[in-house]
Amino acid sequence: MKIKPLEILSHVILILGVLLMVLPIWFSFATSTHDNVSIMTEGMKFFLGESFSQNYNEVLNEKGGWSEEVTAARMFINSFIMALGIATLKVVISAMSAYALVYFRFKLAVPIFWLIFITLLVPLEVRIFPSYKIVSDLGLTNTYTGLILPLVASATATFFFRQFYKTIPDELLESAKLDGANSWRFFIDFLLPLSKTMLAAMFIFMFVYGYSQYLWPLIMTTDEKYWTVVMGMKIIFTENYEGVALPRTGERFAYIILSMLPPVLVVVILQRWFIKGLIQTEK
Amino acid sequence: MGFLELQNITKIYPNGTKAVDETSLNIDNGEFVVFVGPSGCGKSTLLRMIAGLEDITSGKISLDGNLINNIDPSERDVAMVFQNYALYPHMSVFNNMSYGLKNRGISKDEINNKVNDVAKLLEIDQLLSRKPSMLSGGQRQRVAMGRAIVRNPKIFLFDEPLSNLDAKLRNQMRLEIKKLQRQMGVTSIFVTHDQTEAMTLGDRIVVINNGVVEQVGTPKDIYSKPKTKFVAEFIGSPQMNLFQSKIENGLAKISDIQIKLNNTLNIEDACVGIRPDDILISDKGEYSSLANLVEYLGSDMIIYSSIGGQEFSCKLSSKINLKAGDIFKFDISPSTVHIFDNVTGYRA
Repeated sequence: MKIKPLEILSHVILILGVLLMVLPIWFSFATSTHDNVSIMTEGMKFFLGESFSQNYNEVLNEKGGWSEEVTAARMFINSFIMALGIATLKVVISAMSAYALVYFRFKLAVPIFWLIFITLLVPLEVRIFPSYKIVSDLGLTNTYTGLILPLVASATATFFFRQFYKTIPDELLESAKLDGANSWRFFIDFLLPLSKTMLAAMFIFMFVYGYSQYLWPLIMTTDEKYWTVVMGMKIIFTENYEGVALPRTGERFAYIILSMLPPVLVVVILQRWFIKGLIQTEK
Repeated sequence: MGFLELQNITKIYPNGTKAVDETSLNIDNGEFVVFVGPSGCGKSTLLRMIAGLEDITSGKISLDGNLINNIDPSERDVAMVFQNYALYPHMSVFNNMSYGLKNRGISKDEINNKVNDVAKLLEIDQLLSRKPSMLSGGQRQRVAMGRAIVRNPKIFLFDEPLSNLDAKLRNQMRLEIKKLQRQMGVTSIFVTHDQTEAMTLGDRIVVINNGVVEQVGTPKDIYSKPKTKFVAEFIGSPQMNLFQSKIENGLAKISDIQIKLNNTLNIEDACVGIRPDDILISDKGEYSSLANLVEYLGSDMIIYSSIGGQEFSCKLSSKINLKAGDIFKFDISPSTVHIFDNVTGYRA
């Protein structure tokens, strides 16, 4: 097969793009397997070192924080619970509210939809003090409920589900009605399976969104038991300076690499559906 | 009292459009009735009201002696075949057919038996595990029918189910629907805008125009004795020729042609209808005209001509040797002439 020059060029560009994305991660990983002395003296590493198990072991099990109560493993679990809760509830609630908006012809459905849509303009950071006030008045600070609940409504997901439901032909609903499906059954037996790929795509987006929350858990939690990974990135392994200790760069890189794993896993597992969901046309 | 009884059914949409106006109709058990009319005439609305998919503004619908106005569609015991089939895209053919049964709490074994029986009847038993997206148009049509049949409803409703098929398949499915209906003897209503479908399928035809029933009758009745000018024009292909005319004492005048009728009517503003195949071409014909255009259709041909500026067509065997530009002679038998009063639109 003859290879055209244009093909070579486009492949070069693509390969450059891949390297641009992958190299920093590789550098982080390689550096995370070296001991702190060599990192301090020689800088970032390209080749693997010998301290892999030591660094990662320390990261996962060493107690950190001011009161020395929380380990990185704990923070991973917290982040995972938070992200899972936010993603699941966001998807469920948006799918159901979109169902109500599209299929129940109540008055003001359109204004209500736009009202929901407008909340896109009011991100959590803008309403963080009122949200904090409410959550603390409810006594939900330092709980998973408090971490998750204020973040479970999603205008974006509601919008996407609404647009998707609108493309489903009316005859399907009518036929289902004649077949004896009530509104609940229609949702469970028809809309959910039909929007399977959409659900997966939304779940991934919302999981990453929940996982990368920083400000909200920072304000919400005073108890170190509820710290999340992203908070920890700032706090953990930085407080142990006592003038003479080396910065624990190796461990911090190990921590960063570990913190990337859960979202990567979610994407890898759901990516087949995810891609279909983004480009889906078949109905 | 009929099996399905419509009493003064009216449908007015929220925007004020009157889709169906005071329609009353009785349909007997086992009958195959076709609603036919141009698009937007309200025939589908009427069908959807029977199915329960559309609210009834006023009037009563009763099925098998029970008033069903306010009964949920699923409890009316009606099955509908939609124009685009409305198959459930995420379910296999088997699940498509069994979904309604499952919702009624019928046991698994019974569902299996019923679905398999119907699938065999429709020759789709090989396809039961496939998804609708893997089926051809004709197969989808069969599945849609199967889904309706398997529920064993009191009444079948067909909403233009053949219009998405190509011409050949349409004829084949038309025959099949007719056969199946005969075989099962289930009361059926079939909505179409195609007069050929209406004529071939229906035991009785209901011609609807602008939300009003123009005529109800057997295909033969409707073809041979159209009650209104609209029905006369709508049923029959090619269309009936309509001439503006004046009738004096049983003599119809169409410009310079005069037809002696079998009656003594006097109508100032009349419309004379003659079917294209009732214009009999013969060398000894009483009238003559110029063939403007000849359409050759194989066994038949259609000649377009005009009398005093009023165009008309006649259909005849293509064995007759006639081409555009020829003068031809023809006869009209008074018994085949339809007279309508232009003022009322009704048959005189």
